[in-house]
Amino acid sequence: MIESEKIAIRARGLTRRFGDLVAVDQLDLDVPRSMIYGFLGPNGSGKSTTIRMLCGLLTPSEGSVNVMGLEVPRQAELLKPDIGYMTQKFSLYEDMTVRENLEFVGGIYSLRRAERKQRIKELFALYDLEEVANQFAGTMSGGQRQRLALAAATLHKPKLLLLDEPTSAVDPKSRRDFWGKLFELAEQGTTILVSTHYMDEAERCHRLAILDHGKKVADGSPQELQDNIHMSVVEVAAEDPYRTQQVLATLQGIFSITQLGMRLRVLISESIQDPEAQISKTLKNAEITAPVRLVKPNLEDVFVAVTQKPPQRATQ
Amino acid sequence: MKVLPRLFAVILKEFTQLRRDKLTFGMIVGIPLLELILFGYAINTDVRNLTAAYTDQANTHLSRQFIADLSSTQVLNFEHRVAAAADLDELLRDGTISVAVFLPPDFDRRVADGNRSPAQLLVDGSDPTILGIARQLGNMPISFDVQGARAPQVGAFEIRTYYNPERRSAVNIVPGLIGVILTMTLTLFTAVAIARERERGNLELLINTPVSTTELMVGKVIPYIAIGLIQVSLIILLGKLVFDVPLRGSLEDLYLVSLTFIAANLALGLFISTAVKTQFQAMQLSIFVMLPSILLSGFMFPFDGMPAIARYIGEVLPITHFIRLIRGIMLREAGIADMGHELIILLAFTAAMMTAAILRFRKRLD
Ligand SMILES: Nc1ncnc2c1ncn2[C@@H]1O[C@H](COP(=O)(O)OP(=O)(O)OP(=O)(O)O)[C@@H](O)[C@H]1O
Ligand SMILES: [Mg+2]
Repeated sequence: MIESEKIAIRARGLTRRFGDLVAVDQLDLDVPRSMIYGFLGPNGSGKSTTIRMLCGLLTPSEGSVNVMGLEVPRQAELLKPDIGYMTQKFSLYEDMTVRENLEFVGGIYSLRRAERKQRIKELFALYDLEEVANQFAGTMSGGQRQRLALAAATLHKPKLLLLDEPTSAVDPKSRRDFWGKLFELAEQGTTILVSTHYMDEAERCHRLAILDHGKKVADGSPQELQDNIHMSVVEVAAEDPYRTQQVLATLQGIFSITQLGMRLRVLISESIQDPEAQISKTLKNAEITAPVRLVKPNLEDVFVAVTQKPPQRATQ
Repeated sequence: MKVLPRLFAVILKEFTQLRRDKLTFGMIVGIPLLELILFGYAINTDVRNLTAAYTDQANTHLSRQFIADLSSTQVLNFEHRVAAAADLDELLRDGTISVAVFLPPDFDRRVADGNRSPAQLLVDGSDPTILGIARQLGNMPISFDVQGARAPQVGAFEIRTYYNPERRSAVNIVPGLIGVILTMTLTLFTAVAIARERERGNLELLINTPVSTTELMVGKVIPYIAIGLIQVSLIILLGKLVFDVPLRGSLEDLYLVSLTFIAANLALGLFISTAVKTQFQAMQLSIFVMLPSILLSGFMFPFDGMPAIARYIGEVLPITHFIRLIRGIMLREAGIADMGHELIILLAFTAAMMTAAILRFRKRLD
């Protein structure tokens, strides 16, 4: 119990199979309280499945889950008043207005009438929903829906907030605003677990786990992950990116090459000494002149490094 | 406590959605109206000019007079005259005519005796309208003057009904129709209720809240109970106004029985809802329940005339018991006390279905 005061979610060996498919594979997870914890992973990597197991919606095939001192799924019902869940797919009622939806959620969490009115008023102001209060949820824009969903998920002031790709239909400005709100909530002591496949969002998390094919392939703070990438990152400003890429692909120790406009971002094994010089030399031999520069790894590099298996040497 | 606000939230939500769902809302009023009008034509007894044929094997003054009298009522329109009774059968079977009149060679003597029906009326019983007419004609006395005849103790016709041994009447249909309409609409409403939330993704949010299964189920049923009562009132009222269907028993009994039956259908629907994944499956299963409800409940065919297996199936259906109750109350002036066991069966059915639905429903996705 002492420990559970610091740890909001602890999972050990968490596994979920759908027939032959292993959607989540032996996942160990420790999510500290009052933090924003990210789940970063490509489509189908098991983010939603994991979140569903954490709140008791799916029964794990194997492994144990403890959320805020409660064993899930056995004690999941006791947990329900304390968690807020924002589903990946919009799950409020599209044929009801914003106000009706929030009234409903307030009722479901047994808020008294006065308390409910007060809270809804606060949320209207906080999430900028006043002017759409009487609009049907189904007719709202992606950003408005997302604000409504967050308002609904936080209406009862949960201690733990599970957000499954909350920003997938939202423009960059709305996303930035949204993350502002998340930081406010974390500041007030809410633990937030958020899944995403946006690097910029992952970078904002206090800690994150990278999932790939149901396995956790890395975890830590964004800084830690970048420091432990075990790759050198080199940027090549190529005039003929296509041919440059072809030439570099033959080089020993190249892990991946990603084209960013006229630049190529090259991940190369740490074991290669002086990668800048290596690359310059290779390009010179091929009579290509291109400035080469060693850069700091970012989270995207980490993502590429941990989600691509070295044998299938990527050239794209 | 905490149960009430949650229950109330679910009820209010269902009402809000119901109010917006034009199709469902239309079904609530539209189906009773449509069914009543459709069946209303069938049970309309004021029909004229039925195509008919006759065989006059007596061919006396009296028999010719009799046919002429029948023609003059304008109910029957004699288009054929044939020589043998077998020809009448033929014409009936191929649908050329719907009524046939057969006058036997000893017609005059039968009229004079007055204790046997002098003529035979052959009726296509597959059409309830014609049945009604036949009954009217059957009661028609032979009014013309026969020397030495006593006042006849029996009607002019001995009626032989083809294809439908039970002679249903207008009033018999409307009470049964309440059962059919409630089954058609209410079972479907709750059957799709949970499947719809699942399909639209609402369920994933809902089952992650503290709302309990019982609150959810009861909350979904209550709004439709109100709907069911509105439908019952509508049918009774229209039945009375348009078709003059009597209500001989008490109104309280009628509503009590209807309420129980409404609950039974909603519970059945909920149970279906827990067994299916999609709204489409829910609809299919509802239709699967609806067909036997119409065919095996005693609404279409007399219950006692059905084979044993069909009667067993019928006994399992709530509508069978409801039809017995409602016909008793509306037509025979029976009270609930007379048919208490039928009501108990309905209550037991409701409790069993509701319990099964609550136990089956899991706040899980797997
Ligand atoms: N109910 C289910 N039945 C069968 N397979 C499932 C089910 N739910 C998920 N899966 C499979 O499990 C894997 C993980 O799915 P999951 O939805 O957890 O991925 P995700 O990381 O959330 O992906 P996305 O970013 O696209 O949302 C996928 O291959 C998916 O097809
Ligand atoms: Mg997902």
